[in-house]
This record gives sequence, structure tokens and C-alpha cells, in this order.
Amino acid sequence: MTLVSREGIQEDPWVFVADDAALPEGGAVVITLERWQRDGNALLARSGRLGICLRSDEMAEALAEALGHFDLVALEFPQFKDGRPYSSARILRERYGYTGELRAVGDVLRDQLFFMLRCGFDSFELPDRANVKEWMQAFEEIGVVYQPASDGRRPVPGLRR
Amino acid sequence: MTRQVITANRLRDGDVVYLAENGRWTPWLDEASVAETAAEAEAFMKIAEESEAACDVIGIYGMPVEGERLEPVSTRERIRAKGPTTRTDLGKQAEPDFAKRA
Amino acid sequence: MYQYDAYDHRLVRERVAQFRGQVVRRLKGDLTEEEFRPLRLMNGLYLQLHAYMLRVAVPYGTLSSEQLRMLARIARKYDKGYGHFTTRQNIQYNWLNLEDVPDLLADLASVEMHAIQTSGNCIRNVTADQYAGVSADEIEDPRIYAEIIRQWSTLHPEFSFLPRKFKIAVTGAPKDRAAVRVHDIGLQMRRNEKGEAGFEVLVGGGLGRTPIIAKTIRPFLPKRDLLSYLEAILRVYNQLGRRDNLHKARIKILVQSVGAERFTEMVEAEWQHLRDGALELPAETIAHIRAFFAAPAYETLEAKVPAFEAKRFEDRVFSEWCRTNLAPHKVPGYAIVNISLKATGEAPGDASAEQMETVADLAERHSFGELRVTHAQNLVLPHVKLADVFAVWQALAAAGLASANIGLITDTITCPGLDYCNLANARSIPVAQQISERFEALERQHDIGDLKIKISGCINACGHHHVGHIGLLGVDKKGEEFYQITLGGDAEEKASIGDIVGPAFAREKAVDAVETIVETYLARRQNGERFLDTYRRLGLAPFKEQLYDAR
Repeated sequence: MTLVSREGIQEDPWVFVADDAALPEGGAVVITLERWQRDGNALLARSGRLGICLRSDEMAEALAEALGHFDLVALEFPQFKDGRPYSSARILRERYGYTGELRAVGDVLRDQLFFMLRCGFDSFELPDRANVKEWMQAFEEIGVVYQPASDGRRPVPGLRR
Repeated sequence: MTRQVITANRLRDGDVVYLAENGRWTPWLDEASVAETAAEAEAFMKIAEESEAACDVIGIYGMPVEGERLEPVSTRERIRAKGPTTRTDLGKQAEPDFAKRA
Repeated sequence: MYQYDAYDHRLVRERVAQFRGQVVRRLKGDLTEEEFRPLRLMNGLYLQLHAYMLRVAVPYGTLSSEQLRMLARIARKYDKGYGHFTTRQNIQYNWLNLEDVPDLLADLASVEMHAIQTSGNCIRNVTADQYAGVSADEIEDPRIYAEIIRQWSTLHPEFSFLPRKFKIAVTGAPKDRAAVRVHDIGLQMRRNEKGEAGFEVLVGGGLGRTPIIAKTIRPFLPKRDLLSYLEAILRVYNQLGRRDNLHKARIKILVQSVGAERFTEMVEAEWQHLRDGALELPAETIAHIRAFFAAPAYETLEAKVPAFEAKRFEDRVFSEWCRTNLAPHKVPGYAIVNISLKATGEAPGDASAEQMETVADLAERHSFGELRVTHAQNLVLPHVKLADVFAVWQALAAAGLASANIGLITDTITCPGLDYCNLANARSIPVAQQISERFEALERQHDIGDLKIKISGCINACGHHHVGHIGLLGVDKKGEEFYQITLGGDAEEKASIGDIVGPAFAREKAVDAVETIVETYLARRQNGERFLDTYRRLGLAPFKEQLYDAR
């Protein structure tokens, strides 16, 4: 796995912790929604930073109240064809004003990166086989956008005015 | 088992092709290798899968044939082997090689 | 017509380059077929029985002469000299090489065309009334809003991996020529009590395995809210539409399972977050797009043109063609000319490169360089001076394009079927050809009157069989082609799904069965009844009896 942002390859301080695994004392950990709902208070008592990972069938709305506790939200694409995380990403950014790291994990492929970036993802876990330099060109392939999204780009109808 | 040949479409141009000897793909059904047993069909399929992985063809599957001259059993496969029934001037049936083989 | 500006040009150019890269990566093996397939589909490229097939978007069915000439050129350069106009107002090429497609797309881009989102699980090419802008009964030209939706939906980052495909149709007139009730979203322009124009929003219509007529979820939506409301509908669908079962993934199944009322609540709740935001359509944006669809420079003419009337009187063949193929134009002295692509014995919707060029020339000379593609797989010259109609007809006749059968029994809607399509179970075109031959006599066709036959080669229903007055669905029974017949379907304002008449008919009996149905109607109709009226009055029984009991 290679973690990239739009700037390039990134170090990854985050540890994804399985539900049945013990939490390390400190350090940045990513937990599931289920664990958050079960052990929320205990998790908040820890000293390290907290991140959460949602499966594609878990709605962003589930985090509405709790978002302030997380420095990272990871949204999982079980298959690249499952487009639900795109909606979750926009809801987190645009409705709840989430400004922390929003990471795409799972089946993250080159030709979906453009859409992910636009929906507010800012970090991407690429598979080992990825040619990172080549894949990152996907961010730049299309220079014209027609609709507002979470990336702050000005859509064409606005540019025409 | 029913006798069968392995068919696919060529990746580059989409043309209908059949697996022939030595892993070669041919556009002509009469040149296809015929699997008479399940073991043979499995061996052919293995060759075809390698070919698919090498990006020569896509969508491989076994197709039942009958008769000495390898006639496809289904209407769909007869149309794939010849061309549209509504435009006999198009497809394999319109190529000079097709007439020579008939 | 809409014309690209620098932004639009840049988008299609970049999209061509992007697809060129995707093709190279596929041929090199960097992309598996499983990964490439959704990418090529999002650019309209299928693998069919014999070769690759490309579906080119004709946005809301409007074309210029220049564009049609390019379509003809592409048919010659990359294909086998013809194209197929589809029920979604698009055109398909059947014999392409994968490696040629990027060059073909670059040629298309040079005339402001593309194949973006003509397939795949995304928002498809938006369709509209083929008489948009020229029919007297419309509130506003629906193409203004179809173009606004086209732009909004193009490479939409949130909605490019939906549970399933998504089709939107818009009509500006009370008479529904765009089949809006059998689309995922249908937009029908309405006026509210204040007289303002807006949209009735219908959701969850569709054909295929589970045919359903759309439900109205909002009787009136102001124009400024169009895009935010669509985004709310799409978001609810993207989040909640089923992804575990391909056959239950369309929005119609979601609407059906939660109920239209609950679905409406969910959309309205989502819309509260989106309305009055960045998607609000300012009047100036609408005005900017509307300007492209301004009426051409019509001449002031008399409504009656004696020379035209004289020709109609003198020439019986011309007169018969006028009777079916002309429609009233909103401007006096002009007519809408329908060009039938249903000549006897030909494949419905097919046009040769030469025919396309003939039509392009006629549009240039006689219709302000503009033409339309209809969902019934015909072409339209939308603005022809009555004084020119005879000359247009003569030119059409010389090109084999003067079939006088618009709206009659031989004007079938027909999918490509098993002669081309990878999904089909049975052939469709030969059945349509037999029908056109069996009912060739024009006098008989006129006697039968308004009767729409629609033929699909499989349950996916590209031939709209569910909403044919008579529908034929090809099925495979142990390797043999059979045809199941439905009666009483209708795609217009009083949309209805046809009823299955009984067991399917073998291929050689299918057209006989159609004839039996027609004869039963003729024997039972009361004064002035159309087939559909008679069917709605009598139901299945008399037809069933004639088809099955009498044997």
C-alpha cells in the first residue's frame, strides 16, 4: 500500500486497528464505527489521535455528532464500482464542514482518483502495483468541471457569468 | 459430453475467434480445435485463459458444436460465426474466405 | 442549437485524451478487462457479437447538418458505411476496432460531439421531445433544461458509479413525445397557479425486467431549483439503491420498495440541505443557454401555400406521405417534416452514409441546418417551408427515405436484437422486416390507423415492447426463438404497461399472430376507435380467443 496526497507520497502515521485487537496506549489509531459506538468514552480517554473508518454501507450521517473527535475519516471502497463513499465524502465536507483528513481506502484505482478528489478526499491508499507518478496524473487529466463539489473548483456555469 | 470449441473476441478489433492448434486463434470455425472429452475441454480452457491474461482475447467460453463440419448448436453462435442474418453483405459471411470454405 | 464554448471544447478534448490513455493501458495489460469495462462503457463502447459497438450521444436528439455529415464520414472511415439510430435518440456504429475509437472520438469532438455517458452506471444522455421548439403546444423549449442537465451531469464526481444506469427525459409540452413516464426521472413542464413555468417531477419509471410507470414526487418544481432537486434525488438513490442484485438496482425498485411517499420525504429532506446553494440556477444562466435555442430567422409567410396544396391534390403518393409525415409547425407557412427510417424490408433506424448526407444537405438547404432524431428511430427536419416540402419529398424519395408510414403499423420501434447484440435472446430486425412486408399496402395501414408495434430481443427492453400498443419480446426456448406478445402498452401521457396475451409464439408464427390481433381489432372497433381504445374497452379476452382458442 502506498499513501498519496495530491502533493505526492506521504508517510502514514495511522494504524488501522481491528475490532478484536487491543488498542495501543498512544499513537494515532483508526477504528471502526462499531467500535466507536461500543467504546466511545474509553476511546476518548486515550491520549493518541483518533480516526474512524466507514464501510460503504455505513452512512456519513452516523458521524454527524461525533465528527469533532476525529482527525481522520477513512471511507472504504469495497469495489471500485461501489459509489456510495462519494456521497459520504461530500456530506462530511459540505454538510458537516469536516476539515480533517479524508482518506479513500479499499479498491482505489487510477481512473477513480479524479472523482474522489472532487468529492473531498485528500489522501488515497493506492495498491502496491500502482505506478504512483503515472497514477497521479489522473488528478490533472480533466481541467474543466461543470458542477460544484467539495474541491472548491469553480464550475463552468459560474465562470461564464 | 457435447463436443465443443473455445471461442472469444479478439481484444484489438472485437472479431469473433476460435481456439485452434498451438494456442492460435482463428476467425474461422472450421479451423478450431474440437474438445471431445471433458479433460480436453479443460486443457483448451487453460490455454485460452493464458491468452486472455496476455490481452489477446476477451470473454472466453466453451461453445457446443455438432456435425462433421462444426456447426454451432445455438442461433446466437451461428450468427457470431457468420454475421447478421439481416445483412449478408457484412461480417464473416461476406468475406471471400468464407465462400471458399462453405 | 447549443454551441460549445472554449470550456466545452476543452472538456471533450481532454476526455478524448483520457480515453486514449485508457485504451493504451488496456492494450498493454495495465488495466484488466474488469477494470476497463466500466471505463469504456462510460464512453459508450460495448463489445457486441461481432465487434466493438460505439454509442454516440445526440444530446436531446438535436443535430446540425455539419454533425450529421461527420456521422456519415465516420460510418465510412471507421465502420461499414452505416449507422443505427436508437430509441434514446443516439446513433450506434457496429463494426469498430478498439484501437480506432480514440481517433473516432477526436473526429466527433471536432463537430462538438462525444460519447460521454452513453452507457455505464451513470447519468445517461438526456432525451427530449423531438418537436422541441417547433410545436405549438409547448410551454418552453425542453432542450434548454436538457442542455443544463447535460452539463451538470457530465463527469459528475458523485454520480459516476451509481447502482445502475440512470435516464432522464424532459418534455416542454403537455403531449408527451419523450416517454417521460418510463424514465428514471421524467420532467414535464407545467405552469403553477401564478402562471410560472416549472417542472412536474416524476421518478422511478422504467422498462426492462420490471416495467413500472413513474410516480409524481413533486407536482411543481421552480426552474431555479432544478439541479439541486435532481442532485437530492440522485444522492438518495446513490446511497440507498440496491447494489447486491443487478436486477433490483434501478431507482424504480427503490421507489417501489420504500413507497413513493417515503421516497419523496427522503428526497425533500436531502433537498433541504442542497437547495438555495451553489446549484441554484440563476435566471442569467438559464438565459445564457436559452439564447442558443432561439428561433431561427423565419420568414413571414401565409399559412396556406397554393402551390403546395396543388401538389397534394395532383400527386397521390406525395399526398399520402404528407398525411403521415408532416406535423404542424408553430410558425405559419412552415411544416415539421418527419423522415421515416422504416422502409419496407429495411432494418428500423438504420441509415447509410449516403442517406445521412442526403438528409444533412436537405437540412442545410431547407431547415436552417438543423435536424432531430426521434425516440421512435426516425429523423426530423424541424423547419421546412411549406413551399419547399414537395422538393424535399422528391429528394427523400430518390434516397429511399420517403416511406409514408410515420405513426402507422410499419413504423415499429426495434432494438438491434440477436443479429448484433450480446444480450439478446432472439432476433428483432427480421420480425420488423416481416411486419413491414406483411402490412406494406398503405391503404391497409391507414385503415388500421394509429398502432405502435415495439419489438425487443430480450427482457432489457431496448425496443420498449412493454409500452407498444402491440409489444413483442424475443425469448429463447431451448435454443429456438419465440416471441411473447403484450397488448395495450402506451408510452404517452396515459402511460400503461402492456398485458401478456398468453404463451409465446414460434418465430414463423409471430407475424401471423400480429395479423390476427390486427384483424380482431378491425372487426371489433367502434366508430373512430384507435387500436388502444378498442383494447382498453374490451381487454385481452377477444384477442386471446382469436389467438389461442380458434386454433
